[in-house]
Amino acid sequence: MIVDKILNKLQQTGYKTLSRFSRVGRGSLFLWQVLFSLPYIIKRPGLLVRQLYYVGVQTLLIILVAGLFVGMVLALQAYIVLVDFGAEDSISLMVSLSILRELGPVFTGLLFAGRAGSALTAEIGLMKSTEQLSGMEMMAVDPMKYIIAPRFLAGVIAVPLLTSIFMAIAILGGYFVATEMLGIYEGVFWSQMQNNVDFYTDVINGMIKSLVFGFVVVWIAVFEGHDCMPTSEGLGQATTRTVVHGSLAVLGLDFILTALMFNV
Amino acid sequence: MDIERGKVTAIMGPSGTGKTTLLKLIGGQLKPDKGTVFVDGENVHQLSQSALYDLRRRTMGMLFQSGALLTDLTVYDNVAFPLREHTDLPEEAIHHLILLKLEAVGLRGARHLMPAELSGGMARRVALARAIALDPQMIMFDEPFTGQDPISMGVLVKLIHDMNQALGMTSVVVSHDVNETASISDYIYVISDGKVVQSGTPEELQHSESAWVKQFLDGDADGPVPFHYSAKSLIDDLMEGVESVKS
Repeated sequence: MIVDKILNKLQQTGYKTLSRFSRVGRGSLFLWQVLFSLPYIIKRPGLLVRQLYYVGVQTLLIILVAGLFVGMVLALQAYIVLVDFGAEDSISLMVSLSILRELGPVFTGLLFAGRAGSALTAEIGLMKSTEQLSGMEMMAVDPMKYIIAPRFLAGVIAVPLLTSIFMAIAILGGYFVATEMLGIYEGVFWSQMQNNVDFYTDVINGMIKSLVFGFVVVWIAVFEGHDCMPTSEGLGQATTRTVVHGSLAVLGLDFILTALMFNV
Repeated sequence: MDIERGKVTAIMGPSGTGKTTLLKLIGGQLKPDKGTVFVDGENVHQLSQSALYDLRRRTMGMLFQSGALLTDLTVYDNVAFPLREHTDLPEEAIHHLILLKLEAVGLRGARHLMPAELSGGMARRVALARAIALDPQMIMFDEPFTGQDPISMGVLVKLIHDMNQALGMTSVVVSHDVNETASISDYIYVISDGKVVQSGTPEELQHSESAWVKQFLDGDADGPVPFHYSAKSLIDDLMEGVESVKS
């Protein structure tokens, strides 16, 4: 009996491991196909513009609001710590570096996974379950080119743009709190930032991060949609997986990228 | 299995016997474990991706059970979709073609509606208009009558028949609606568990000796296809229940 149970467990573990690996394989092949389909967009730029609107412009509001509050809270917290050391003039430094290096790309990646990634998965999954993708194939239109590639590229373009908007609005939020509420001089706020923030190590690295996050999140999102079981349950699971895997991927990659970029 | 050019060939059989799978094999959406499919002289599963798409564009149209209309486009744009994708026709010519195709299915007046606003039968008619937009040589119907009210069903039967007559299109109808399908088809294949059980003209099948085919055509509840899902005998099952409760 016990041997049977152990064997059963082993078998299940083996099965699960194998199916995980085959998913990774399918995901990689899928990415390969998507990348090959990208040149089609040159012929049909309208498809890309439409998707940029859906994944980019429609995510703008949540990015603006979140960015504003993150910057404001950060300024408050920085002040509480720094004022004990008489270093409250460095508040802009703390706000801008944490936003540019970490919070901007990470927050935008997480918000994008939740707002646009889940929507992409649900949309593509529903298209699959209502046979729209099959229908396109039978009309000799490759859904990889017509549906997946524009969405993928739109996501990869949108995330860095959204990230830069997030960064700008967060710093403005910090500026507002620091100067209006906490009495820091405007000139001090900006000159501290100007002297200590480096364009390449801080801004460019932050943007590289956002590019990587965008790529991974949108890859997960379109793959989950395309690979989902065409049932309502499968669609729900796929959408959840997009948000969970997308968010975890952003956080995990952030650690790796930080370690690589800042020579720790 | 041969599907003759210009004729209406029906593939009938109970649910889950692989009728839709067969259509997907013909369309090249699935690959067979063994066997070959030839369409217009070409082996579908040995074509490259681009040759397969070319073959689909030239020869095949397919009507899905759900209609498979693109939900973010209007009826008009749905019918226009294959024309805009595959032809360089000017927009006026496309406009005329769409009106003619929609006229053929009786839905010219519904061209500004969204797919969500259509009834099931109307959605299938729009899908039919879209499938014939490029004048394919062959059109495959996946369960065209399922879930339709009698009027819609009559409309679809008439449309499939008329399209075949007027345009000389080869039609493959997959269905388990016996009477409707038999009334329009020239030749019928009855399949079960992935195998052809019997084939012939509708008249030949009416006089079939096979008990299975008889049960299928007459819709009897019990026969070679049993009413009960396979299980041990009721007595054994009951007794076992009693014993497990006792212990």
